Order: sequence, then C-alpha cells, then structure tokens
Amino acid sequence: MLLNSKDFLEIKQLTVPEIELILSTAESLKEISQRDIKKVPTLRGKTIINLFYEVSTRTRTSFEIAGKRMSADVVNISTNSSSVLKGEGLKDTACNLEAMKPDIIVIRHPAPGAPHMLASLLDCSVINAGDGAHEHPTQAMLDLLTIREKKGDIAGLQVAIVGDITHSRVARSNIWALTKMGAKVTVVGPKTLIPPYIEQLGVSVSYRLAEVIPKADVLMILRIQLERQHGGFFPSLREYSKLFGLNLEKLKAAKTDVLIMHPGPINRGVELDPEVADGPYSVILEQVTNGLAVRMALIYLLLGGVDI
Amino acid sequence: MKLLICGGRVIDPAQGLDRVLDVLVEKGRIAQLSPDIDPPTGAKLIPAQGKLVVPGLIDMHTHLREPGREDKETISSGTKAAVNGGITSVACMANTNPVNDNQAVTEFIYSQARKTGHCNVYVVGSVTQGQQGKLLVEMGELKATGAVAYSDDGCSVKNTEVMRRALEYASMLDMLVICHCQDADLAPQGVMHEGLISTMLGLEGMPALAEETMLARDISLAALTGARLHIAHVSTAGSVELIRQAKARGIKLSAEATPHHFSLTHEVVRNFDTNTKVNPPLRTAEDVAAIIEGLKDGTIDVIASDHAPHTSAEKEAEYNYAPFGIIGLETLLPLSLTRLVHSKAMPLMDVIARLTINPARILSLDKGTLNVGAEADITIIDLDKRFKLDIAGFKSKSKNSPFQGAELQGLPVLTLVGGKLNTSEY
Repeated sequence: MLLNSKDFLEIKQLTVPEIELILSTAESLKEISQRDIKKVPTLRGKTIINLFYEVSTRTRTSFEIAGKRMSADVVNISTNSSSVLKGEGLKDTACNLEAMKPDIIVIRHPAPGAPHMLASLLDCSVINAGDGAHEHPTQAMLDLLTIREKKGDIAGLQVAIVGDITHSRVARSNIWALTKMGAKVTVVGPKTLIPPYIEQLGVSVSYRLAEVIPKADVLMILRIQLERQHGGFFPSLREYSKLFGLNLEKLKAAKTDVLIMHPGPINRGVELDPEVADGPYSVILEQVTNGLAVRMALIYLLLGGVDI
Repeated sequence: MKLLICGGRVIDPAQGLDRVLDVLVEKGRIAQLSPDIDPPTGAKLIPAQGKLVVPGLIDMHTHLREPGREDKETISSGTKAAVNGGITSVACMANTNPVNDNQAVTEFIYSQARKTGHCNVYVVGSVTQGQQGKLLVEMGELKATGAVAYSDDGCSVKNTEVMRRALEYASMLDMLVICHCQDADLAPQGVMHEGLISTMLGLEGMPALAEETMLARDISLAALTGARLHIAHVSTAGSVELIRQAKARGIKLSAEATPHHFSLTHEVVRNFDTNTKVNPPLRTAEDVAAIIEGLKDGTIDVIASDHAPHTSAEKEAEYNYAPFGIIGLETLLPLSLTRLVHSKAMPLMDVIARLTINPARILSLDKGTLNVGAEADITIIDLDKRFKLDIAGFKSKSKNSPFQGAELQGLPVLTLVGGKLNTSEY
C-alpha cells in the first residue's frame, strides 16, 4: 500500500490506513538510527529541499537528518538568506526550485495553505512542515508514534491538549490525528485562546486544568507564545502559568502512568515547570527521536516505498 | 438612428410593467412603448421575442481602479465589462490612488469616462481625506463636481465623532453616505469569516460581530443626524435584522447585497482559493438565507457587484497575503437570475427592481426606468439560457472570480447605453 496523495499536507485529509502505514513504517525505520553506521542507501539519487520561511531547530534538522539517513541529498533554504529578501513571491520561488528537479520540497510557512498552494503548482511531492496555525502533520504523526509506543493502543485514551489552541497548528493536527485513531480529546486553555466551534471537531473543551488532569492518560502541553500576552489574550504570563501551567503540585492528581508531551521549544517555568519537563512522566525527547523516524518513513513512502 | 425592439417581455418595475411590448428608441431616448409599433422607415429592428427587455442595470458599487491601478482595471475595461454584463451605469468607489477625496480626481474620472467609457459612470467621493478617517473631504465641492455619494469603502470611519460630523454635513447637502460597516479592532488580521471553517484552517477570522457593532453605531448616527445612509454589501443575518428594525423605526436607510454573499458560504475557502477572499467575508448558510430573505422582503434594496479587480499575480499568493476582492460586473445578472429567480426565491420583477430603479432612486439618478422620454439604457436578457461560466471570456482586465465553471441560467444578450448597441458575449 502507498499513500493516496503525492503530497503530505494535512492530517485532516488522511485515512486511518494511511496513518497506520506511516506509523508502522516509522517503527521499522527507527532501528536505522540506532545502528553504528546510521545510513541506508534507499533514497540515493533523490533530492529533498527544505524550504523554511520560519525559524526552526527541531523540524528542519529532523527533516535534514531523515533525508541523509536514507541517502537522499538534502538542501536547506532559509528565507533570511535567499531571494525572498529580494521580494520573490512563493510561486516564483517554488517554480524555480522545481526547475532544479527536486523529488520533495518540505515547506514551513507562516501562512495557512502555503503548502497547498505549492502542491497545486508543482509536480514534486510537498510536505507540510507547519503552515501558520493550520497544521503540523508530521508533529501529530510523531506524537501518535510516541503514544502508541508507550500505551499500546491509542483508541480510548483520554488526551488533554493544553494551552493556546487558537494559534496552534500542533493542536489542530493532533485533534484530527487523535480523534481519527479513537482517542478522546479535551482541549484546555483560557477561553480567549480556544477557537469558536472547536467542539464540532469532536473534542471537549475545558477551562480548568485541575479538572482534566486526573482523567488524562496523556497531557500534551503547548508552547505559549509570549507575544500573545500583548495581543490581550491573557493578563500576564504569571497568571497564565498559575492557571494553565503544569507543575509538580498539579501533577500529583494525575494518573501514575500519565505521559507528559510537548512539541518544543519549551518556555520553562511558564507552561511547563522544569521538574515536570525533565521528570519521569516526560517523553519529550522521545518525541524528538520519533520525529526522525516518522519523517524517514514519510519521505520513503512518498518516494515510492520500495523494499528497504 | 432609430431602433425598434420588437416583441420582448418588457419589465419595468418603476411603472409596474410586465407585458409584451415593442420599444422604439429615437435619438438615444425611449420614444414609444406600446404593442405592435409599426417600424418607422430606416429603423433597425431588434427582435426580442422570448427575451426580457428591462431598464439598463445600475451597479452602485464598483471599483474601476483608475487612477492608480490601471494594471487591475481601467475605466475603459471596467465599463466594457459592465456593458458586457448588462449594466449601463456604474458608481465607482473612492479608493483609487490617489484617493478620490477632491474635485481634481473626481473631474479626472468623469473626463476619462467621457473619453474612454462604455457606459454611464457616477463617481463616489471619499468621506474623509485620504480615507484616513480624520478630516472631512470638501463635500460641497465634490457634489458640485458631480459626486453622487461619499464613502470610505474598504473601511469604516472609526472615530464616531468624525462619522457624526460627516453625516451631519452630508445631510446638509442632501447627499448619501455609503458605509462599509466593520469594526477593524474586532478583525485586525482577519482574512475570512470567523467560524468553524476558520477554526479548521487556522486562518484568522472576521466575526459577524465586527460588521454588526459598526452597523448598529451607524444606524444610531443616522437616527441622530437624519442623514441618508446606505449600507454596502450586507453580509450577516444579524445585519439584515438590524436594518429591518431600523427601517421599521423610520430611519432613512438603504442597503445592498452582493451576489457572492447570497451565493457562496465560507465552505468554499476550504481549499485556500484566494478568489474566495473578500471583504466582508463569505459567511454561513444561515447568513446567505437571511440575505435572500432580506432581499425578498425589501429590507435590502439593491443588488450590487462590489466589483473588485486584482491581478492574477496578486491573487496567486498565500491566502493571508492575497488582496480582498471578487470581480462581479459580468456575474451580477446571471447570479441574481440563477440564485434568486430560477431558485424561486424572489419574483422576477423584484429582482429587476433591485438592479435598476432602486439604486437609481438611492443615488438620485434619473435612470432605471423605461418611461417614454428616458435615456435609452436598456438590457435585453435571455432568462432561460443555461450556460457554464467561463471567466476567460470576460471583458474585465482581472479574472479574480470564484465562479469559474459555475452552471448558471439567464444572461444578458444585448445592451443599449443611451441608445448605443452592444452585444454581450458569454
């Protein structure tokens, strides 16, 4: 079986068998990164371009290493040193890059739908590495992989996504991914950062973290972007931290096998106390390790998925 | 030159007329309107059996982009598109570059229209200088130069004190003020309707509330000042209700709706097609139903296009960065006939009234009727013709329409502007 589309743009459109395929492929590819020689020749002669219009440490590096471990040639373009500074639009940039015959373009962009625009313009595969507040589909895939590794089955789990839901692509992709896989999702945050009609996506809404913690099998904590305070979404980081930050005290009410997840980068002491981030329930660094496996699986499947 | 339009079904809402008649046009005016007119010698015969013959359509909300953005549209291309769409008169908004906030720009537009225009052009001046919402334009001078209304269309006059003074001053001149009601603070970065779809797409929303709060303010100001207020492109159910209540209270108020706001919902934004990006945004099915109900019961007086051309280069961008706007001159009539008449939502006579005599009265134009002696602005319509819309054939310089490929029914076939004949091409 292969993926239904040449592109990987959003979880919203993905079928459960596709999600299962990516996860199982990631599980089998994960072992490559534990070898002494961390490289297979599978994608030799293939070219991947990382086109990043936003800063990124984890995702860009993860895609780069994923490509290299599969022997693809990986080129990184960051917009602060490219023709974007000369005013070149996305369409022209994309068409010029495609003229160099890449096999995959991985794009991160602040505008929702930018990867979709690229995908409709180009013959090569496009992977969405985060488009504004819309989706971050590889993040959701690595979160699913991490939860499945730790919990076995995702169906029936209680997952709380905590923080700025309105501006979070991680939240949206995870809502689609988790509900498709049968988890029960609750979004938790200040009312000002919960978007309208979110419950129509099949999730519950809560404004009280304390009420959600005892039921949760997974607590997925989102980064609170500091500039949101100036947007008037909440009064102060101090108050945010008190009401919605996770610390050891609040965690006492949690299940003993709760998983603490965070897509990074963490604001330590704001949404997550260091003792929790580095504590025994945290799987934050395993998420990063799984991110690599998921991205290897994805580029492998998009480029044909022959036997490894 | 004499023209005889023979055997058409003449619909003239101003006279309450709906019957098969011949129309004789002489020297650019309607000379006679009666059954079975004997063709005068030398008259050109225009057979109109099975067609509708209606007053030339008046579109009171267009953007012709000249001066300043002639790459999007010119007075020549825009009026050509209008005539192709069965429209014989347009009012053009003030957000040109430079802004039409003085008599020099107004005079320039009229001069260009005389030289290059294909239909009647009426100029709307801005309310405030540079549309900055601070200092009033020279409303008296603009009126003397021929402006038919004032509008800061594209945004609201934010400062309520300024808006109050603008309405007072305009009412002294017995001039119309057209409002684009939107509280910019409630939708600072919005690009689509705030609702389920914006939540799904992660696009910033423009809540219905942003329109309704500003509309409520402007209604209060109209009540206070006695000014004539016209509400542009009503887009929400709440707005329709506010206008209905205001009219019931006797406040001098008129309103318009666009075909895209009664034909499409925010669902069409799902694929990030920038041709669906428009201000005010496409809203919900309930809003669409309320707008149609408002058109039906007369709460909304006018159907206008809000023709807003943009180049393909500008629209081929990320949804957030593409400009707001949909072209509408060449879809105004087909969409109105398809969505309102053929769907049986409204009687044909009422739809034609909202495209002809109603905007004429609101703008105080001596237009919009087929009375004997009136200028021969006439649109001949094939009401039942089914066709698939192809924007490539449009006369507008820009092609930013979300209706490409739409299956529509009813189109203009022939248009007379002051007796001058044009054939429409679809």
